[in-house]
Amino acid sequence: MSRVEEYTDVVVVGAGHAGCEAALASARLGMDTVMFTVSVDSIALMPCNPNIGGSSKGHLVREIDALGGEMGKNIDKTFIQSKMLNKSKGPAVHSLRAQADKADYSRSMRSVLEQTEHLRIKQMEVTELIVEDGILTGVRTYSGAVYHCRAAVLCTGTYLKARCIYGDVSSYTGPNGLQAANYLTDSLRKNGVELYRFKTGTPARISRKSIDFSKMEEQKGDEVIIPFSFTTDPASVQKDQVSCWLTYTNERTHEIIRNNLDRSPLYSGMIEGTGPRYCPSIEDKVVKFSDKDRHQVFIEPEGIHTQEMYIGGMSSSLPEDVQRDMYRTVPGLEHAEIVRNAYAIEYDCIDARQLSLSLEFKNIKGLFSAGQFNGSSGYEEAAAQGLIAGINAARKLQGKEPLILDRSEAYIGVLIDDLVTKENHEPYRMMTSRAEYRLLLRQDNADLRLTKKGYEIGLIDKNRYKKLLQKEQNIEQEIARVQSVSIGANQQVQECLVRCGSTELKTSATLAELIRRPELSYQMLAEIDPDRPDLPADVGEQVNINIKYDGYLQRQLRQVEQFKRLEMRKLPEDLDYDAVPSLRTEARQKLRQYRPSSIGQASRLAGVSPADISVLLIYMERRR
Amino acid sequence: MLRQETIAAISTAMSGSGIGIVRISGEDAFEIIQKIYRNKSGKILAEQKSHTIHYGYIVDGEETIDEVLVLLMKGPHSYTGEDTVEIDCHGGIYVVRRVLETAIKYGARPAEPGEYTKRAFLNGRIDLSQAEAVMDVIEAKNEYALKSSVSQLKGSVQEKISEIREEILYHTAFIESALDDPEHISLDGYDARLKEQTEKLLAELRRLIASSENGRLLREGIQTVILGKPNAGKSSLLNVLVGSERAIVTDIAGTTRDLLEETVNLNGITLNIIDTAGIRHSADVVEQIGVDRARERAQNADLILYVVDSSTALDENDREILTYLKGKKAVVILNKSDLPPVTTGEDIRKEMEAVCGADSYIAADSEIRESRDAVDGNRSVSAGYFIVEVSTKQESGIDALEDEIRRMFCEGELSYNDEVCITNARQKACLCEAAEALNKVLESIACRMPEDFYSIDLMSAYSALGEVTGEAVGEDLVDKIFSSFCMGK
Repeated sequence: MSRVEEYTDVVVVGAGHAGCEAALASARLGMDTVMFTVSVDSIALMPCNPNIGGSSKGHLVREIDALGGEMGKNIDKTFIQSKMLNKSKGPAVHSLRAQADKADYSRSMRSVLEQTEHLRIKQMEVTELIVEDGILTGVRTYSGAVYHCRAAVLCTGTYLKARCIYGDVSSYTGPNGLQAANYLTDSLRKNGVELYRFKTGTPARISRKSIDFSKMEEQKGDEVIIPFSFTTDPASVQKDQVSCWLTYTNERTHEIIRNNLDRSPLYSGMIEGTGPRYCPSIEDKVVKFSDKDRHQVFIEPEGIHTQEMYIGGMSSSLPEDVQRDMYRTVPGLEHAEIVRNAYAIEYDCIDARQLSLSLEFKNIKGLFSAGQFNGSSGYEEAAAQGLIAGINAARKLQGKEPLILDRSEAYIGVLIDDLVTKENHEPYRMMTSRAEYRLLLRQDNADLRLTKKGYEIGLIDKNRYKKLLQKEQNIEQEIARVQSVSIGANQQVQECLVRCGSTELKTSATLAELIRRPELSYQMLAEIDPDRPDLPADVGEQVNINIKYDGYLQRQLRQVEQFKRLEMRKLPEDLDYDAVPSLRTEARQKLRQYRPSSIGQASRLAGVSPADISVLLIYMERRR
Repeated sequence: MLRQETIAAISTAMSGSGIGIVRISGEDAFEIIQKIYRNKSGKILAEQKSHTIHYGYIVDGEETIDEVLVLLMKGPHSYTGEDTVEIDCHGGIYVVRRVLETAIKYGARPAEPGEYTKRAFLNGRIDLSQAEAVMDVIEAKNEYALKSSVSQLKGSVQEKISEIREEILYHTAFIESALDDPEHISLDGYDARLKEQTEKLLAELRRLIASSENGRLLREGIQTVILGKPNAGKSSLLNVLVGSERAIVTDIAGTTRDLLEETVNLNGITLNIIDTAGIRHSADVVEQIGVDRARERAQNADLILYVVDSSTALDENDREILTYLKGKKAVVILNKSDLPPVTTGEDIRKEMEAVCGADSYIAADSEIRESRDAVDGNRSVSAGYFIVEVSTKQESGIDALEDEIRRMFCEGELSYNDEVCITNARQKACLCEAAEALNKVLESIACRMPEDFYSIDLMSAYSALGEVTGEAVGEDLVDKIFSSFCMGK
């Protein structure tokens, strides 16, 4: 019987946020790429919340963009509301978040993929990996077709052996009733891959027509919209925005939930997967935080051309009738018509410690993976890994060193290092508190941190790179200038200072000294700085931050220096830990099993003590 | 060569010799010695030749700490291969420690166990064949340090630090959850509350630092346990030695159910004295726990002070205690010499021989003891143990006890645990680091910095305190955020 048999460079399995970035990166780097999806209509689907970004996730999107990924550009084209969160806090925690028109987002991403050279899209389920001597050589599809390839990126999201559950109803489907992928798990197991079962959930969607918004607080977008992508012209995104709405649960809601807990599959033991603590279902919140008499509920539009509204804060797996009664206790939702029920979803994913920092499997050469398959959660986390996995699959075929960002360079570095190094018991979500050097890893400087790398990799064009160099130069020169320009205590200056809520100068001061005053900023001092060159706003922002927080930034830079010392001491992949004397047994086991790439990574493994690190340092020194 | 932080440590054993060497190694070694060294001619040490010795004083600002000799060795011609400074101090244990602390205050970091050796190796100063031996040393020392850093910490201190850490973690988690989910959790007006809390925590930390200066943080010195049957006068003895009414003393047997711990300085020799519950067979569960703990302490002690009530006869409780003394350094104290004697030194001698056989108590230096046997007045030696007649009530006989302890120390029968000082210095440095970090939080609040800056310094304090108690930070913060604050969609 003859079957389709084709040859390609890179296969990407899945077309969610990880798959899209992986396929685009690989194809843009010149690799012949085939992307498989169970449904072409569901490319870049947002099956849960209708927004991109948010605290620390906004950082990830900026970083993806700075490296030449697509997510930032795509949301800039399709957002319907935008907000910079934490504006009253420090610059390190400013985070951009945009509401997306989901259908538009998906369509727009699909169009980009379709137009990308070297990239083919196939609607077909991949069922088997073909691995020879620990090297991936191809994949087989449900139809029996074989695609020989030199590398593959698995981005199966929540589809592997997926099961959706609410109440006593359960169906073996992926999100939104889409077809699950039921075969790949077995093939992975056969190749020695260890799997976990995770769980997540989503709230109901309710028809806009049935909602009484007069009982809710309106949540508008920012007046001045800041785009995600460094390439998007800010002027092009100033448009009319839609609103979100805020309401609250109450004692009656909680009572209904408590009375029906025995019918929740989570509490009856029907769900075996591990769910995320940061994204608890409403029943979890009511049980675990019983002292709270109300919880916030955000009503967010799913798009412009749909009546469906997302009920943020009330994900659930309670039975249909309980869901209806529970939602209807919320002010404004008294007559709520549910379009789609809330549900929990269980799926197979891997213990990501089987991956190296390049996101390649340590035991299966040429096989990479990204996204929820790696035990993460969130569109942005998925896209970030997809981009890195796609880049590294391509670089492997080009015979180049993988792109590995460390914890001091990017949130993406923190994300991947955490995933592949630490034991992870729940879907992993990015948080700013996970980044030790977050003062340096800001969303405003993602381009300064990463675009040079994007250029060297080949995902950033020369024009964009030149602009970056110009920006760097402008910032450097302007910082030098404000440090040297002296402002005299004349009347105009004193008036300006008083007007800005500051105190008058006793003697003259440099501009930098004034910027450091908490109540002042670089931007506010324009009128008493006559020689200020005409610079773009983003340059001014960098000057302000660098001057204002200089002391803190210097401290973090010193910490980074310490950190880098251990990161730079590489451990060979084939190091025989049994031959290292004096290691404690537990450490020896952990090191042998996870084979960290550097002494630094080894020090973050659970079960490896500082004493073991000393032993390793000395052993490595002796080997040299 | 590896670029490394500059480290300092006491490199001589902390014995009674009174002379100690503090060694500073690393690229800032000369800079640091310059800050703490003075001599009349105002010599700049960094400009002096390598391998030269300089006379002068170690100072902390205006305060002179000790008269010293400073030996300069420029890298790579030193043991570690780095710039190294050796300070020979004259002033005894306390002063050596002060010199070390001053070096730390001016920029050195307390050395980890085995760190000098490690650096020597990494910088190629030790032969390759020695490498494995070095690793073993580090391993052993690390295990020891881990054990000592926790076991030497007094229970109450450990508890206090844990409390402070818990508070810090809670506040950090609150700030972080608000940053992560600003629409759910608001930080409005929080800085005033945080300021108040931080000031409170800082005051508590400062008290801990102050007590570390009195050596009250660690079980420093000779680990000494007082044993005796109930109401023999153990607590009274401790009170006399401490000079205050620290333990509760009543005439009712069994009042000291828990262990009391005090640091006592006898003419320059530090004893960490643990008073124990009276040893007796008891049906009272609580009291029995106290007895078990006393026995355990006795097993780990460097020195046992066995208090006998000379106004009563020896009984089975005394015989039980005598078994604890086997193989240990001990002094027998015949208390209540103000009352008519019922039990004498001779009775004890006989009892010892009866319980464990005549030979078992003969110490190696028994000849010396024999020669001093039957010394006049209230001193005598029994089966290798010194027996002192004491009245804690009249405070008589205490001098003889102190003399004996000093003799044992000076003749090398008892010794200091020399790692304790370095542990103390390291822990003190961590406490200071934590206090410094909390100070920065207050500064940030005063400067109206945004809240996300607070949590960075709060976490520095948290991790510095964790080093004192031997706890890593790990996922504590993320766990705390999720367990304490409700957030998320």
